[in-house]
Amino acid sequence: MDITTFITNFANQFDDTDASEFTANTKFKELDEWSSLTALTIIAMVDEEYNVKIKGDDIRASQTIQNVFDIVKSRL
Amino acid sequence: MYNPFSLQGKTILITGASSGIGRATAIECSKMGATLIITGRNKERLQETFMQLEGEGHQQITGDLTTEEAIKEIAAFCPALQGVLFCAGIGDYTVTKFITSEKLLNVLHVNLISPVLLTRYLLTNKKIQKGASLVYISSTGATHLAPGLGIYGASKGGLNSMVKAFAIELASRNIRANAIMPSMVKTELLGTLDTISAEDWEKDEAKYPLGYGKPSDIAYAAIYLFSDASKWITGTELQMDGGRNLQ
Repeated sequence: MDITTFITNFANQFDDTDASEFTANTKFKELDEWSSLTALTIIAMVDEEYNVKIKGDDIRASQTIQNVFDIVKSRL
Repeated sequence: MYNPFSLQGKTILITGASSGIGRATAIECSKMGATLIITGRNKERLQETFMQLEGEGHQQITGDLTTEEAIKEIAAFCPALQGVLFCAGIGDYTVTKFITSEKLLNVLHVNLISPVLLTRYLLTNKKIQKGASLVYISSTGATHLAPGLGIYGASKGGLNSMVKAFAIELASRNIRANAIMPSMVKTELLGTLDTISAEDWEKDEAKYPLGYGKPSDIAYAAIYLFSDASKWITGTELQMDGGRNLQ
């Protein structure tokens, strides 16, 4: 599992935020576009792309994209 | 003893009886004097329900209602019925961008197509007696949506429309069809919504003036709809939400 692809998949769930704004250290909850609906699409993306179930609690516990990546990687 | 809500002498088929609302309703109906035919997919859990039924003469049959063969088999197996509870259902939580035809068809199959086809085959097998009551477990999700609940809401909204059609078509034989629309009831189905955190569940329950429902709350409504006390009620949608949608 590769962090660059993960960041691309993560960025893909946003419609108005430029892809260049996303790095491993991006604090995604501080983005203007972040909402509870985006959280649901991230959960769905992880399920579809990586076949890993993450929960609202996992998103809540994460600050950066790297944090989410680490959770997903640990469950592969 | 005077009891207009008695189910004495009534034979009632309940789908989805191996857990949750279906199980609770089966048990409560048996306590009210009904003879039960219970069905579900899981043999062991169906047996657990069966062991809790009071009185004699109950029967059970396992089957997966997503196959038309199983529906036909259950319809043929049933004796003459005075009531049916269509309770088998699944939850779903899919945001629109991730809807696939597979997910869509699966939810529609379990929540809409199966109860409609079972109704059809019970009727063509002449199992639904004059004066019988058909009760369908719908959901307030049919009318009150949230992100990710589109497919589920569509399946229950479709079911509500079918119930009205059944009510109109069957009224001439005094057969009634009604939907019960619960909001959140504490059942095993909640476990399928595994993307929701414990904290979010608590926040959600706080929006219910009377808290989340229990399976027995729904069972008592079903008992009323099965009893002759409700003989003037057909084609309705009974919203049960503990006050959730008042404001």
